[in-house]
Amino acid sequence: MLDQALTLLWTILKIIAILIPLVLCVALLTLLERKVIGSMQVRIGPNRRGFKGMLQPFSDVLKLIMKELIIPTQASRYLFIVAPVLALAPALGVWAVIPFTKDWVLANVNAGILVVFALTSLGIYGIIIAGWASNSKYAFLGALRSVAQVVSYEIAMGFAFVGVLLAAGTLNIRSIVLHQSGGLWHWYWLPLLPLFVVYWIAAVAETNRAPFDIAEGESEIVAGFHVEYSGIMFGLFFLAEYANMILVSALAALLFLGGWLSPFAGIPYLDQWFAWVPSIFWLVLKMSFFIFLYFWMRATFPRYRYDQIMQLGWKFLIPVTLVWIVLVALAVQMGWIFH
Amino acid sequence: MWNTIKKWTKRLTLWELLKGLKLTLRYFFGGNITLQYPEEETPRSPRFRGMLALRRYANGEERCIACKLCEAVCPACAITIESTTRDDGTRRTTRYDLDVFKCINCGLCEEACPVDSIVLTDEMHYALHERGENIFTKEKLLMIGDMYEKKIAEHREQDKAYR
Repeated sequence: MLDQALTLLWTILKIIAILIPLVLCVALLTLLERKVIGSMQVRIGPNRRGFKGMLQPFSDVLKLIMKELIIPTQASRYLFIVAPVLALAPALGVWAVIPFTKDWVLANVNAGILVVFALTSLGIYGIIIAGWASNSKYAFLGALRSVAQVVSYEIAMGFAFVGVLLAAGTLNIRSIVLHQSGGLWHWYWLPLLPLFVVYWIAAVAETNRAPFDIAEGESEIVAGFHVEYSGIMFGLFFLAEYANMILVSALAALLFLGGWLSPFAGIPYLDQWFAWVPSIFWLVLKMSFFIFLYFWMRATFPRYRYDQIMQLGWKFLIPVTLVWIVLVALAVQMGWIFH
Repeated sequence: MWNTIKKWTKRLTLWELLKGLKLTLRYFFGGNITLQYPEEETPRSPRFRGMLALRRYANGEERCIACKLCEAVCPACAITIESTTRDDGTRRTTRYDLDVFKCINCGLCEEACPVDSIVLTDEMHYALHERGENIFTKEKLLMIGDMYEKKIAEHREQDKAYR
């Protein structure tokens, strides 16, 4: 009895240890995005609140909390209010199966990737319900577009996962990372390069980020599915989007870039010189690269048109993944690369 | 056929996308040109047409001789002048009202003035807070002139060769 209570307490502490840094990261990310994109546009981002603008996210959150929550007259009240929560909960829940180092994982389930896939698919409900409950043309259109886009790119992402599954032989994310040990060239980005690229493109489309941000198309249908949302409800959507971004970056780092493994692992002298670096640092470094890539892509590429998105997802990405999966399966069966 | 191969290679390797990314990365490390207003401002030329002022001679005598050329040339009819003969026999203004809301800062009055009395300073940060503050009276204009005299003299010195 006491045993179980202690386990429960310990689990709750672990959850807090994951969520608090995550939420702080998300807050920091909103600022970082504005500063990085600002630098790419030859300007500085916010720099008035706090040192170099560090307190900007907090003043943003404070502003959002203090704003009036407007619920449109004919909107479905309860759906309207519950939608942001539906978007945020899966985004935070997936972090339970993400391993941060060899020993730090909240729930080391054997079907880790399946859990990830299922929970990210649940995130769509938040968007659909938000668009529907807003009782507004633009919100509805934005939600429809977003749903179609996400569902299409989920298939491509799923096939990329299948490639990783074939290469590693397991769905357990921790095992997948351990299968990549040995050095830079053992990581899955090299043999699975097209799948890596497809995964990244699909991930950017999944999180509704530029250049696939037709759903919130800032210059087209104002804010898409969250146009009627104000105050902290909008803040929750924002939080969910950035949490998804970080999640997807973490997955890319874990599945394709060897997660917490040091890039100097197989190299004779370098691996000793850098052996003191804690493995979580490598994971954070790789995640940071992907997050920077997100901002970089947002600052560089124009938005895809909706039909172009559909075309890309179905007619290009899926065939590429199918072809490469066949090749990977062949390689595994013949014992060429993967052991 | 060669073109098709090139086209598909570029498509599959995302060549053009990578070129775009390289460009933005170059700008990322390139530094920004943002001016931190209000601590920094863009430089202004000595000919900048800002707030108006009435000047005096070195001995303290006001320059304005109430010739009303500025009133006549003002395209917005912002200046109102009434004049009289002073005790020492000279013609001076009793009223020199300048409506700042009407004024378009064109500088024609400065060009018209034969004695360099009405001038435009380079001050652009002057906000008005009360109703009625927009009419600058003679006293106020003279006061502004006294505050900015040094700068006005400097700017005219810099611009002398071109007038």
